[in-house]
Amino acid sequence: MSSLQSLDITRRSATTTPSPQVRNTVDVAKLIDVSKCIGCKACQVACSEWNDLRDEIGFNVGVYDNPADLTAKSWTVMRFTEYVEQDGRLEWLIRKDGCMHCADPGCLKACPAPGAIVQYSNGIVDFVEEHCIGCGSCITGCPFNIPRIDKKDNKAYKCTLCSDRVAVGLEPACVKTCPTGAITFGSKEDMHVHAAERIVDLKERGYKTAGLYDPPGVGGTHVMYVLKHADKPEIYHGLPNDPSISPLVSVWKGALKPLALLAMGFTALFGFFHYVKVGPNDADADAADETHPDSSAGPR
Amino acid sequence: MTNHWVDIKNADVVLIMGGNAAEAHPCGFKWVTEAKAHNKARLVVVDPRFTRSAAMADYYAPIRAGSDIAFLGGVINYLLANDKIQKEYVKAYTNATFLVADTFKFEDGLFSGYNAERRSYDQSQWAYQKDKDGYAMVDETMQDPRCVYQLMKAHYARYTPEMVGKVCGTPVEQFRKVCEFIASTSTPDRTMTVMYALGWTQHSTGSQMIRTAAMMQLLLGNIGVPGGGMNALRGHSNIQGLTDLGLLSNLLPGYLTLPVEREQNYEEYIKARALKPLRPNQMSYWQNYPKFHVSLMKAWFGNAATKENNWAFDYLPKLDKGYDILQAFELMHQGKMNGYICQGFNPLASFPNKKKIGESLAKLKFLVTIDPLNTETAEFWKNFGPYNDVDASKIQTEVFRLPSTCFAEEEGSLTNSGRWLQWHWKAADAPGEALGDAEIIAGLFTRIRAMYAKDGGAYPDPILSVTWPYKQPLAPSAEELAMEFNGRALTELTDPKDPTKVIVPAGQQLASFAFLRDDGSTSCGCWIYSGAWTQAGNQMARRDNSDPWGIGQTLNWAWAWPVNRRILYNRASADPAGKPWNAKRKLVFWNGKSWGGSDVPDMRLDAAPDQNVGPFIMTSEGVAKLYVPSGMADGPLPEHYEPFESPLPVNPVTPNNPKAFSNPAARVFKDDLEAFGKPKDFPYAATTYRLTEHFHYWTKHAELNAITQPQQFVEISEELAKEKGVKAGDKVRVKSNRGEVVMVAVVTKRIPVLDCGGTKVHTVGIPNHWGFVGATRQGYLANTLTPFVGDANTQTPEYKAFIVSLEKA
Repeated sequence: MSSLQSLDITRRSATTTPSPQVRNTVDVAKLIDVSKCIGCKACQVACSEWNDLRDEIGFNVGVYDNPADLTAKSWTVMRFTEYVEQDGRLEWLIRKDGCMHCADPGCLKACPAPGAIVQYSNGIVDFVEEHCIGCGSCITGCPFNIPRIDKKDNKAYKCTLCSDRVAVGLEPACVKTCPTGAITFGSKEDMHVHAAERIVDLKERGYKTAGLYDPPGVGGTHVMYVLKHADKPEIYHGLPNDPSISPLVSVWKGALKPLALLAMGFTALFGFFHYVKVGPNDADADAADETHPDSSAGPR
Repeated sequence: MTNHWVDIKNADVVLIMGGNAAEAHPCGFKWVTEAKAHNKARLVVVDPRFTRSAAMADYYAPIRAGSDIAFLGGVINYLLANDKIQKEYVKAYTNATFLVADTFKFEDGLFSGYNAERRSYDQSQWAYQKDKDGYAMVDETMQDPRCVYQLMKAHYARYTPEMVGKVCGTPVEQFRKVCEFIASTSTPDRTMTVMYALGWTQHSTGSQMIRTAAMMQLLLGNIGVPGGGMNALRGHSNIQGLTDLGLLSNLLPGYLTLPVEREQNYEEYIKARALKPLRPNQMSYWQNYPKFHVSLMKAWFGNAATKENNWAFDYLPKLDKGYDILQAFELMHQGKMNGYICQGFNPLASFPNKKKIGESLAKLKFLVTIDPLNTETAEFWKNFGPYNDVDASKIQTEVFRLPSTCFAEEEGSLTNSGRWLQWHWKAADAPGEALGDAEIIAGLFTRIRAMYAKDGGAYPDPILSVTWPYKQPLAPSAEELAMEFNGRALTELTDPKDPTKVIVPAGQQLASFAFLRDDGSTSCGCWIYSGAWTQAGNQMARRDNSDPWGIGQTLNWAWAWPVNRRILYNRASADPAGKPWNAKRKLVFWNGKSWGGSDVPDMRLDAAPDQNVGPFIMTSEGVAKLYVPSGMADGPLPEHYEPFESPLPVNPVTPNNPKAFSNPAARVFKDDLEAFGKPKDFPYAATTYRLTEHFHYWTKHAELNAITQPQQFVEISEELAKEKGVKAGDKVRVKSNRGEVVMVAVVTKRIPVLDCGGTKVHTVGIPNHWGFVGATRQGYLANTLTPFVGDANTQTPEYKAFIVSLEKA
């Protein structure tokens, strides 16, 4: 996987300087074969372990989904849907939800904070939380409803596609742990080939509309699904049929941008006064850690 | 497992029934996805619930919990009626041709020889017809009305698709479709694997459910072949090792058995076990029983076991009855057992009828728990509100908690479902005062032995004579124990054909159990493990995954019992002439001089096919038993009986015989009989099970597992929820005649509502992972609800089928 190693940044939110172009890197992709996923949640646990995340121990709200939604501390969750086919046969559709790593990332386009969202040359879209101002624009920009802002530090979080692991030639933690081989990782090209094989198998089993989910409305994605019913992605817990970046983001990028930059200036200024009056944010965070034993501040 | 995990990838059809492999064995389930992806296998799931396995299936059919014998009996009827059996296999490799004595009868749900008072059978009435030499008589044409084939055909003719519908609630069309998938493997070039687990074991008819499936597999020619087999998926890491080493109360290591009370005479004890062949030329491998037994006694008692004292036969307890755990708790409840050492076991949570278990523990003088984590059992005396409503001031039991190590804090071997012994190495030191289990037991043993040595006692000899050769007596090492199980030559072993030739020098580790002797010259702690640690070293630590034949037979990866054989009965993978049934998946075959191939042959290497040595070398018949003339407590052919608590008023197969309602040969204690409920009070079928997110009652201590399934719930159908005014997420109260629990309702399309011959059956699904200690939200123990009755043969409790009521809380 050494050819996939790269942390070269090709795009950076609210930045116009050119990106490095010397190294050749390959587009990567994670392929999630929904027809092989048993919903065991091992990927959720592996994600939490690798990324030092510990969400709340919640409640059962009448479904298998736990945690019930993505949070700043749960970057991937299983979505369970009971679907009855036209012939009356039941299907239990289980989809691993999380960041799709769009080739044309709405979050990055919407983000006003310089360098808070980056896209690496291998396609991974990453949040750089130290630059995040917590404005929530990424949520508006995301056609998949993925980013979540943490209440404690007011910063946005989501799946990194384990950019730190990929950078050193490892597969993402979820891929490593998946017991059934439902999640695979490699060059996007290879994943297309693998998906095509899986689709042949599914069609042979009678799933005539089996196909790959790699939606063109966002330039394709670096997380793709093999679906038994690719003609109806929405039955998989609301996977968008034809996702695209919200028009609000284009407006923002056009006429409103100067205004927004002004707003950012104010934010920075407020931050400065906050620093002068209260001191560095880290002190707050440390104090909070003492009262929240399950917050994990271990080394990355 | 007759086969092994990797071999599942060779299957053409995978039947998951009586288990939920995707849910409870997610890592092993990957071999099903392999079979589907690379062998075009079809996955068929039959279950009371649409499970995670069903979500992966090509075909799913519902079934009422506890009715599996009727379903599988129906499959057998379908196979026989439509001639979808592998006839040459059935004729040559099963006892279909054997003739049964006229004393065997079956009438209205009961077999001949039944004693209602003792709830047991006189099995001598089920014997074969014998010729003058004592051999069983056969009819190769299978036309004789007394041959097993014909008796079986008549027995299962009653299990029509309509009867299956009535008993199981499976719609006839869906049942037929499952039969078609199964029947597609009756040709020699196609195989089906059966993956099952406690969904079959945990019934009062559990052993017979498994037997019915095995019969189906034999009729299809699917035993002993790659991609086939009867595959029990073991639910705990090393539970296979536990059974192999004889930790059930009537067993000795390697499935040798303890004598019963009437067997005071050593020769009689051996004679009853060293079975003579019932057909000419058969190996009847248990004839070697004395070699295994004497070597075991030498391993345990060393020089104190001599020919003169019948190898210390008097040291072995003689059982007056079974001392399974149900019996142990019954005795405790009666005040007759007053101390209990509980090692790696959480009976308050894991055993049926929590109230009875709690009352029993409260009658003890002392309870010792040996566990790496806190357990409900260790805290049974403490009040946890509604979850454990006891008065601690009234309980006098003294509880000792001995912290032990987790698997990663010790080294040793783990035996997996496929009988592979895989060595593992210690990764971390144990925290605090925790000690390895061997150290704890060694500490207890050496102290007890010292007390016997000092004070004497009723019969100190067995305790004082036990060999204890470990370098550190208080800390026997895993290596020493493994070498002891493997066995060694105590004196020089010479070739029986040429006494001048030394084959094993004194003191050397043995290469296999073929070297064991019954003259005291060998010792072996567990004959089936012989070969695991030979003179060449630790075979379990081998990690060469090369697969020269391309069918997943990695013979140099770890070590499998027996003798590194990966697929049992593998001689049956070849036709009677010794040629593989399927040239694409060669296992073992006859090369003109000897048996060989991709596995260790399950056959005497020089037994040419024309000698007609049967492939089922452990039976005295030499063939597999469709009909069991002795050994099964509840009949020679499986018959459907209702669970002891059933939602149906009568057994639909034998509606006019109340004696045949539930398993007539299952043991029921008097107070437990009274604790069974009636369907008018408890109308719904209930079943308990595991979830992927948790492992039993352990992982609720782990934060990450607790996050993924934080709180106890119950699964009900949309129809039942509507009837009860319950929405998903509401709390409901579930009651059985033994107690009640309050849980969150998961309302789902995945619980089918069944029509059993006009009786509508709702199923209430109860996952069992929560309790009152650990990181998850506190909950009730699911076994508050379950009945205290076990399988007629194994006494495994009937957790999988009972009745409850349900109301909005």
